[in-house]
Amino acid sequence: MMTRRAFWLCLASVLLISGCTGGDTDWHGKDISGLMPKLKFQLSNPEGQTVTAADSEGTIRLLYFGFTSCPDVCPTTLAKLEQAIRQLPEDEQEDITTLFVSVDPARDTPERLASYVAFFGKNVVGLTGDEAVLRQLAKRYRTTFGYDEPDAQGNYNVSHSSAVYVFDQAGEPRLLLRPDLSARQVGEDLEQLVQTQN
Amino acid sequence: MSGVDYLLPYDFSPVTVVSFLLALGLYGVALLRMPEHERPGPGRVVTFVIGVLLCYGVMQTRFDYYSQYMFFVHRGQHLVLHHLGPFLIALSNPLPVLRFWHRALGLSQRAWLRPVAWLYRGLQQPIIAPVLFVGLIYFWLWPAVHFDAMLSRDLYWLMNWSMLLDGLLFWWLMFDPRSPSATATLGYGKRMLILALVALPQMVLGAWIVFSREMVYDVYEVCGRAWPMAPETDQLLGGLLTWIPPAMMSILGILILLRRAMHAENTDHRDRNIPTGQSLAGDKV
Repeated sequence: MMTRRAFWLCLASVLLISGCTGGDTDWHGKDISGLMPKLKFQLSNPEGQTVTAADSEGTIRLLYFGFTSCPDVCPTTLAKLEQAIRQLPEDEQEDITTLFVSVDPARDTPERLASYVAFFGKNVVGLTGDEAVLRQLAKRYRTTFGYDEPDAQGNYNVSHSSAVYVFDQAGEPRLLLRPDLSARQVGEDLEQLVQTQN
Repeated sequence: MSGVDYLLPYDFSPVTVVSFLLALGLYGVALLRMPEHERPGPGRVVTFVIGVLLCYGVMQTRFDYYSQYMFFVHRGQHLVLHHLGPFLIALSNPLPVLRFWHRALGLSQRAWLRPVAWLYRGLQQPIIAPVLFVGLIYFWLWPAVHFDAMLSRDLYWLMNWSMLLDGLLFWWLMFDPRSPSATATLGYGKRMLILALVALPQMVLGAWIVFSREMVYDVYEVCGRAWPMAPETDQLLGGLLTWIPPAMMSILGILILLRRAMHAENTDHRDRNIPTGQSLAGDKV
């Protein structure tokens, strides 16, 4: 009798827990509120100045890890973000900052990074730092990156996160945009986020 | 990275380090202070220490880094935390050490342990224990839950600790050295039945992961892998690690229990008055 009661109690609690985790239907992206720490970093921009999260506070931050020699994922993602932001009303576009963090500091010189991010709209900030600093930041957001062996020409592939982390104006984590989302879906999420924040 | 760096924790957890130090420390002190005739032999001590160090190794060395960013390494981590480590710890029969500390506790402290004992007895019910054992594997591998657990540091630690504690409970229930005929421990037949039953859903889950055409666990794709590896390969290896080794461990457990049951039967037949040497290592408990 005791065993049976305990069994149902167990089952009920499992159902309760799984019920609690399935409530992110309002967004196309994955709701990461409370799962991750606030936005915090200290990196350098192509001009060599130190940039922190405070510099872009008050805007929605889109954090993305990549590298400028990236053949496919990075340019596709940045182009998609630009397209998504352009869908928003003009005044709202100013409320969004894209933070492109290069995890390939050995190849991504300031000039290279500057010209790369300029290609994807005006509110895109190129950031990088020492590998140790980048590793700390990646670890904070439960991601990593790794380098392949260089080929004869010295080219190598870099594995990195393919998702975009979205932080609100206060730097709280809100959404994780998976690479399979369309520009339109990303735009809708950003629109909704701007609306709820205002 | 130097060799030492590989031994240092990727994500330092003071609670984990203190818990493991405490476990080894308490075990060591008990070994030195307990009466000679109760002391486990060197084989059992080594088995215990290997089990503990394996669990520590997958939680607080560079291994943990690879577990966070490669699905198949993560499956290897859980294989150690939920199966191999607790399997060895339970097999080493640390009962004399537990008895030593139980004796050392005063009556008032034992009263504090009473709720723990109730919880323990509840969790070790023959239906609850296997349901919990398999349920936890399914729960943490539920794609939505798994995604959150790999993104949230707190959930990640909760996942690993719950796997380790449940592994200890389960394998202790299986390898409890006290004789089922003389004490209230679970009979050998029931233990073997449970081991066979828990293997089936694990094989189903592992096979499902192996034969899934699409990516079931895309969190590793989303969050970057420790090194560039084809996602399909990662998922395939992870599925195999969920499927084959746990099934093999169930069989190994059944064989060990079969040997014990036959041994108990033989000694029972020979002379009912001679106490049975029921533990695996043949030591007195």
